[in-house]
Amino acid sequence: MKHLKAINRKARRVEEFIASEFGDVHALQQGPPPQRPHFPLGCSLVFSPGWETDSAGGTAGLCQPVERDLYDCYITCFWPAQVPDHFNNYPDWTSKCASATKDWRNIDLVFP
Amino acid sequence: MSAYRQGEFHAFEGGGQNYLYLVPSAAIFALEDLSSAVLDLLQGRELTRDQIIGDLIARGYALANIEETLEELHQAHAIAFGEGFVEPRLEAPQQPFPLQTVVMNVTNQCNLSCSYCYEYGEDRIATPEGKTKFMSEETARSTADFLLNQSPGRRAVHLTFFGGETLLNFKVVKSTIEYARAKAAEMGKYIDFSMTTNATMLTSEIISFLAENNVGVTVSIDGPKEANDKFRVFHNGKGSYDVIAPKIKELVKVHRSRPIGARVTLTAQVVDVKKIFRHLTEEMGFDEVGFAPVTTSPVRLYAIGNNGLDHVLDQFTELAEEYLTYALENKHHGFSNVNDTLQELHQGVSKAYPCGAGLGLLGVAPSGDIGLCHRFVDSPAGKLGHIDTGIDRAVQAEHLNRAHINTKYDCHTCWARPVCSGGCYHEAYVRYGDTSHANLHYCDWIRGWTDVCLRIYGEIAARNPKYLERFDERKAI
Repeated sequence: MKHLKAINRKARRVEEFIASEFGDVHALQQGPPPQRPHFPLGCSLVFSPGWETDSAGGTAGLCQPVERDLYDCYITCFWPAQVPDHFNNYPDWTSKCASATKDWRNIDLVFP
Repeated sequence: MSAYRQGEFHAFEGGGQNYLYLVPSAAIFALEDLSSAVLDLLQGRELTRDQIIGDLIARGYALANIEETLEELHQAHAIAFGEGFVEPRLEAPQQPFPLQTVVMNVTNQCNLSCSYCYEYGEDRIATPEGKTKFMSEETARSTADFLLNQSPGRRAVHLTFFGGETLLNFKVVKSTIEYARAKAAEMGKYIDFSMTTNATMLTSEIISFLAENNVGVTVSIDGPKEANDKFRVFHNGKGSYDVIAPKIKELVKVHRSRPIGARVTLTAQVVDVKKIFRHLTEEMGFDEVGFAPVTTSPVRLYAIGNNGLDHVLDQFTELAEEYLTYALENKHHGFSNVNDTLQELHQGVSKAYPCGAGLGLLGVAPSGDIGLCHRFVDSPAGKLGHIDTGIDRAVQAEHLNRAHINTKYDCHTCWARPVCSGGCYHEAYVRYGDTSHANLHYCDWIRGWTDVCLRIYGEIAARNPKYLERFDERKAI
């Protein structure tokens, strides 16, 4: 806090509580991120590394398979791609896809 | 349109710095220019966000800073918006609560006849007729066992010996200390001992025993001879000062393992706080002196009326300011009323109950009857069971329900409720016939004294913050 300074022990606990309640989303333009768990709030709510290419330009050494990108579009709205609505109309869209790296071809188009 | 207004707090100043004591959290925050300016704007009125921003921009503050300040003040509940906050109700602690302290009344007999005594005076509530006057060794051992067994999870517990006059049954005090210490060691616990005495029966042997066994000692004494002997007299009316003075001097000289405290009862006739303090520290050698206004019905001649309490507060304030000058130089000052309050303010305690009586603290009568605290032993009011049969959980639960701050509606608009929580059960019982009644007769006193201590706290925080580190550890162990 910048305009209130915690003086007694309870105030310090209040300050910690406020930081945990209100300080877990951090806009990237606010400067260096706080040293505690938080969401970096930039173009996306979620940081999901490894969906493009690795340092050698390939896709074999990524920390997550490229197919994971499809799920990020689907589950977390990571990227505004056209994927079926899994809440109401197509809850079983990925039911044949137990493992994205192996079964991604089983995910088919949908025809509303 | 929704507007901002001030939240619930007590604003105070210390060492040129503005502070907030937030209620009910008991958090203390220092304000800077802009946060002070926002709160000043909202003094006694409500303003919209645009009005606040417009006013402060005109005074040269940057928009981003104003918005940030509003957000911080709102998050800390220093300002409220729209419907405001629903403050969580203070929860009652889970039962059974582990014991921390037992006050053992080893006798209800006394060799003095202090007129104001709550045990024998005009406002007594005890009815010890037909019960044993001296605690037996067997009951004392059962009490020590009870304390050790009923304190699961606590590494250390505390046993206080009390009376009557405690030393009338010193034999039991001595044997209980030996027994309880061995028993605690067997159980892997630490037990700490203290006692209160009128000092009339202190001997060199007793003093040596207390020093060797690290027993904390508090002496009831009301000051210099003329003050002490007004009420603290033997059965024949003779004052006790000349008897106790040399014994106390020997006690404070020999017993150096613990600070020796004096406990002064203020009455309408004995209110010269500074003079009493000087005498007890400088001439008698006490390390700490604590003062408490007499507990009494208002009609007694020694009762301190409202004007008297104002006078006491003035003197407390002067002595507290002396404490402050000592604290700024990192020196010890024995005015324990300030020290105790600063401890609570530093921790930011917000009490569901005024004290631990009936919860972590119990009083035990010579007969083994359990009372809320030592002031309720041998009294039907506040009886909580017997040492042989344990705490009557139904009676205890009823007490805890009724005494909880949530039920004391009179307190809900008072900013001092985090430290007071309605005040002493015994005082309430004597005044209102109800242990759970808020002590409305001393609200102004509590608020006045808390404000004085907040200002002292604020000044220390501004000028010598390292001093406050001594209050980091909670007193309770």
